[in-house]
Amino acid sequence: MTAYILRRLMQSGFVVLAMSLIVFFGVHVVGDPIYMLVNPQADQAEIEAAIKALGLDQPLWQQYGQFIWGALKGDLGRSFVFGESALKIILQRMPATVELALTAIIMAVVLGIPLGLYAGLKPKSFASKSIMAGSIVGFSLPTFWVGLMLIMVFAVILGWLPSTGRGATATYFGITSSLFTLDGLKHITLPALNLALLKVSLVTRLTRAGTLEAVHQDYMRFASDKGLSPRRIVGVHLLKNILIPVVTVLGLEFGNLVAFSVVTETIFAWPGMGKLLIGSIQSLDRPVIVAYLILIVLMFVVINLIVDVIYSLLDPRVRLKDKTA
Amino acid sequence: MRFKMSAVLGFAVTLGLVSFEARAQELKIGLMAEPSSIDPHFHLLTPNMSTLSHVYERLVHVAPDGALLPGLAESWKTINDTTWEFKLKAGVKWHDGKPFTADDVVFSILRAPNVPNSPASFASVVKGKTPTKIDDVTVHITTAQAFPLMAETMASLMIVSKAAGEGAKTEDYNSGKAAIGTGPYKFAEYVPGDKIVLTRNDAYHGKKALWDKLTFKPIKAAPARVAALLAGDVDVVEDVPTTDIEKLKKDGKVDLVQTVSRRLIYFHMDQSRDETPFVKGKDGAAIKNPFKDARVRMAMSKAINREAIVSRVMEGAAIPASQLMADQFPGTSKTLKPVAYDPEGAKKLLAEAGFPAGFKLTLHGPNGRYTNDVKIAEAVAQMLTRIGVETAVETLPPATFFSRASAGAAGNPEFSFILVGWSSDTGEVSGSLKPLLGSFNKDKGTGAANRARYSNPALDQMIASAEMIIDPKARNEALAKASEFAMQDTALLPSHYPVSTWGLKKGLKYPGRVDEYTNASDITR
Repeated sequence: MTAYILRRLMQSGFVVLAMSLIVFFGVHVVGDPIYMLVNPQADQAEIEAAIKALGLDQPLWQQYGQFIWGALKGDLGRSFVFGESALKIILQRMPATVELALTAIIMAVVLGIPLGLYAGLKPKSFASKSIMAGSIVGFSLPTFWVGLMLIMVFAVILGWLPSTGRGATATYFGITSSLFTLDGLKHITLPALNLALLKVSLVTRLTRAGTLEAVHQDYMRFASDKGLSPRRIVGVHLLKNILIPVVTVLGLEFGNLVAFSVVTETIFAWPGMGKLLIGSIQSLDRPVIVAYLILIVLMFVVINLIVDVIYSLLDPRVRLKDKTA
Repeated sequence: MRFKMSAVLGFAVTLGLVSFEARAQELKIGLMAEPSSIDPHFHLLTPNMSTLSHVYERLVHVAPDGALLPGLAESWKTINDTTWEFKLKAGVKWHDGKPFTADDVVFSILRAPNVPNSPASFASVVKGKTPTKIDDVTVHITTAQAFPLMAETMASLMIVSKAAGEGAKTEDYNSGKAAIGTGPYKFAEYVPGDKIVLTRNDAYHGKKALWDKLTFKPIKAAPARVAALLAGDVDVVEDVPTTDIEKLKKDGKVDLVQTVSRRLIYFHMDQSRDETPFVKGKDGAAIKNPFKDARVRMAMSKAINREAIVSRVMEGAAIPASQLMADQFPGTSKTLKPVAYDPEGAKKLLAEAGFPAGFKLTLHGPNGRYTNDVKIAEAVAQMLTRIGVETAVETLPPATFFSRASAGAAGNPEFSFILVGWSSDTGEVSGSLKPLLGSFNKDKGTGAANRARYSNPALDQMIASAEMIIDPKARNEALAKASEFAMQDTALLPSHYPVSTWGLKKGLKYPGRVDEYTNASDITR
């Protein structure tokens, strides 16, 4: 298993390098950040000075070379807009995003799996049909619109929950998070629900599909003939067998939530990485965009690895080794 | 799993512990854009200036209507043509208790242009100005040539503490270590992307601040900003979107405040190239650049229905424009009126200029840089099409638009007809005339934003001589003359002056500021 993981990590190194090349050159084609940065009143000499100060006067390959050289030393460049290390700015905003994504995923699992199980076990019932219809709605409504509706209903009209921002944070066990305070939980509810809605629908449908297939398998009949309680059959034998696709998807979806919950973070003014990314794209803050995407690639590589490891724990038939080996 | 457990545990523990803070004296402000730093010399940008002006002060302050007021300087005057004397207020203390002196002023002027990694340096503000300390409360600032706008310029430079700022980097300001000002509020907390918290400075030398605590929250999405105000999560928001104005006026929970800004939305027409790439004959063939003919420019101006743009597109949150700034500002002409909507007259002028059938044009503009910019571009395209100038609209993301509009074609402006906006930093007309309509000249620093490359030696001469006049009245008269000259030549097409709109919780009062700042010191109950 160790050899497998090592080899995977090495492959990932090449992926990251290729990615950096594509992103770096891609971002430089988009436009010139200088007019977004300088004060509009700046005269020609000042604009030139700013171009020089940001290193934008050098040829592209040279800029890339410097970037890679810095990256090898752990320095992913300095933000044009904030003047601080791009990596530092991103990591500063990471906890907010991770706690939001985590809350959304937990909501998706807690709601999606029971709903999916029910719909799969009693596919003909009215409740199941309602669940499936509801999941289609969950899929098709745009996040942007749902977010605004949530704010309108729960914050503006009912006044139950705050509409914007992250709540107070507290530190327990070395982790600083807004999940530890009541104020923080109030603030996270709406954005997390907004993010979770689509994932709940996804998990519900995946679970249902898996359940429908599994109930007709021999091991299910055998378990039932053996006289096991329905609770044990569903809770252990069924669940264990249908979880593999769910785990795969959840892993990737978690990555997606961390990396690209741009819309939700923007609407709810959530101080996370998504809001940073969209702001950086708008102002063409190249170092932040490049550092961000490289971090995201790294994250997906790690998530995929973890998913593979969880597979082997869920299903003993899966062994972690190279196909050729 | 273990993490989840701890989260649940932590949650259970906190439920019992959390208490609610009294928020009676706190003012929460929803910002449209986040300041990029706490270092007041890092980025010359309105959001930074607006928020940081609570912490740091300037020699000269600006009243909500744009008038200059004494700030850290009690008075200022010219000693001779090239020297200004600033008399500083005595007895002012920094937030750390140290006394404020002339040394801090000299230090700030020298520090401002030399902040490393600054994307928009203050070099443009302090360039060519040499500060000298005369005594603890007197500073002389000398320039090589007469510089009448010294007080206006010093109104955009914040003064920092020398003791705290010596050797301090931008990071030290962001962490709060060097964030020592003299202002009515003290720096308390900065969480990038989330909030900036300031607390009252009880030792303030001026009128004591009204609020115990200020919290600035950047809420970029306009609908979310309005929702946060309606939900009571913030007390004040800036930049209320025009589409919400009617609805909010009827809402009993909020009040709106509107003030004309120093901004102008206008159209610039390529006037340098003999053939301009985005103008074609009706048959698609290349034709000579029609904008070199003043009659065509006037025809375009007559074709624009400014009243309709203001009432339909801007929902009333704008004023039809006749020149580079609204006529309440210094240096504007009081006689210029917006060019009247006259499509028939426009067609006649086009025919006279040799374009009886009109021509084809592509209008370029940014999307999302100015209020309703795309809708304005589309409306104007229809108006121009009505007089025979068949206009297509192409809007681009601001990052792409401005680089191509400024230097897209081998270092020169790329487009033929663009929608842009401009706001004069000095608050008077020379801050617009010189960069927008002065001939593009790198050595003189004129025409830096002249994306049309309009060039008229007579106008250059008028601007240059007006700039040297120290007496404000004579100077403003000369600038008004230059404005009238430029508008008679239809050097650009002014569209409208946007009105800035603030939303406030019922019971709060704000005069609205022409510089678009949201300043808590002007907010009262």
